[in-house]
Amino acid sequence: MVSAVFHSPLAAAAEDVAVMKSQTGAAPVVPTASGPAPLPEQTKPGFDWNGLLMAAMPPVLGLALLLLIWSMVSMGTAGSIPTPIDTAKQAITIFSDPFYRKGPNDQGVGWNVLMSLERVALGFGLAAAVGIPAGFVIGRFDFLSRMFNPLISLLRPVSPLAWLPIGLLVFKGANPAAIWTIFICSIWPMIINTAVGVQRVPQDYMNVARVLNLSEWKIVTKILFPSVLPYMLTGVRLAVGTAWLVIVAAEMLTGGVGIGFWVWDEWNNLNVKNIIIAIFVIGIVGLVLEYLLIKVATAFTFEEVKS
Amino acid sequence: MSTEKLNAEFINIQGVAQTFKTRKGAFPALRDIHLTVAKGEFVALIGHSGCGKSTLLNLIAGLTMPTQGHLLCANREIAGPGPERAVVFQNHSLLPWLTCFENVYLGVERVFGAGSKSTGAASANKAQLKERTDAALALVGLTAAAHKRPGEISGGMKQRVGIARALAMEPKVLLMDEPFGALDALTRAKLQDELLEIVARTQSTVVMVTHDVDEAVLLSDKIVMMTNGPAATIGEVLHVELARPRSRVALADSPQYLGYRKAVIDFLYTRQAHVEKAA
Repeated sequence: MVSAVFHSPLAAAAEDVAVMKSQTGAAPVVPTASGPAPLPEQTKPGFDWNGLLMAAMPPVLGLALLLLIWSMVSMGTAGSIPTPIDTAKQAITIFSDPFYRKGPNDQGVGWNVLMSLERVALGFGLAAAVGIPAGFVIGRFDFLSRMFNPLISLLRPVSPLAWLPIGLLVFKGANPAAIWTIFICSIWPMIINTAVGVQRVPQDYMNVARVLNLSEWKIVTKILFPSVLPYMLTGVRLAVGTAWLVIVAAEMLTGGVGIGFWVWDEWNNLNVKNIIIAIFVIGIVGLVLEYLLIKVATAFTFEEVKS
Repeated sequence: MSTEKLNAEFINIQGVAQTFKTRKGAFPALRDIHLTVAKGEFVALIGHSGCGKSTLLNLIAGLTMPTQGHLLCANREIAGPGPERAVVFQNHSLLPWLTCFENVYLGVERVFGAGSKSTGAASANKAQLKERTDAALALVGLTAAAHKRPGEISGGMKQRVGIARALAMEPKVLLMDEPFGALDALTRAKLQDELLEIVARTQSTVVMVTHDVDEAVLLSDKIVMMTNGPAATIGEVLHVELARPRSRVALADSPQYLGYRKAVIDFLYTRQAHVEKAA
């Protein structure tokens, strides 16, 4: 069960995008601000236009490529995929009134996103409340680790959507079933990463604790918790990423209000422009979640003792 | 047991052997270790890498238990680690999320704080604990860096915090595992001089693991030279009778100093030269 995590908390911040990708199968692209450094021979007083250009050009080119391919596809399908310009016009209309309500099946995109985020927050929060303590206990006691490892190995690879029928059956409602699906998909990374973090507390620190004869409470608060924190936050980040992926699919199946349902609803209306807008909204929300959690993680990552 | 005898055998190691269980079977690390350390004595353990110096230190610290034999400290069996035998670790082992002050305070609070079980000393209030911590940091010259985190200070400073943490607990014995091994030569010399001064002031009993011949001769009263592992044991014990306080510069060409140095080098490189064979 150790294979799913990082080797050191320090490296975590640098690696997380890559691991996100391998964990979830999708790649939330986090644009980095660091372009190539300005060339040394062109250092002259005044604003470094060249440096700015070199920093801005690659991402701008990437976006341009996307728009180009999109336009070509649009032309190739004779307009059944709308052009970027039509989509942009539609987006302006949609975002000028994101919070309208015209009955249960016709609400603004803002409500849809908020409803999805609420489900993710609930499912994820429950998973954190169960998964993090479970991870601590599994990491601390070898017996429990060996007891739960087979269960985790068996259940973790299951697609979260496979749990949806169980949720519907048990909770007899679409909304709790969606939350249940989020719970089950976000609990594994948190259990596993927390457990590995506990198992990897440097022996040096535990020796310090033994020599200083620290109390169990001090060991937990001053040594275990701070050293596990970066691992735990990695688990949290992976969990949130997965949860955001899964909610869209879950809502397509359960209906109600939510960004996933919105995509499906617009498909039934054959409103492809809105589907494309939804894809962008989903991407941007995912990116923001990821960015916030990376910020939190770096704030709690400390220099490791080199052995 | 008379006080005199107790002081002469403050640490008493009797026939200790240590065997580690590995995947390839039992690995005998140490055998037949007999050693006494007097109160206030500075003992250096020297030998090639892999000879079990650190293993012996860990046994005295109580971090590991011997497979055979007994270790006594102040006439009591060493049953586990404790603050009366403070350890300065090779890689400083400071907690990176605490400031230097907090790292030292952690030990001080445990030993002298309210509800501490480990000493009979009257428990002190917060201000006194803080005072002790500040005093320990001042002893190693780190008052200015007290509120920095380990990541923000140099390797030499980290090691000094490690020493301060150990000293602040007023241990009966100070155990040091190659404390200056990871430092550059100049920093190392400076810390050795500081350690000499601190030990003279505090009258500490010190057991130090080292692989540096000059360090051993300069600092110790007794150099314990160990044979090569596996199944290492004490090869020879050299008593260093150089007058204290010792000055690095004055000793550099003293024939007595050079004589001790020669004796250690002779042991390490002539009689125990086959070093890398085991590895």
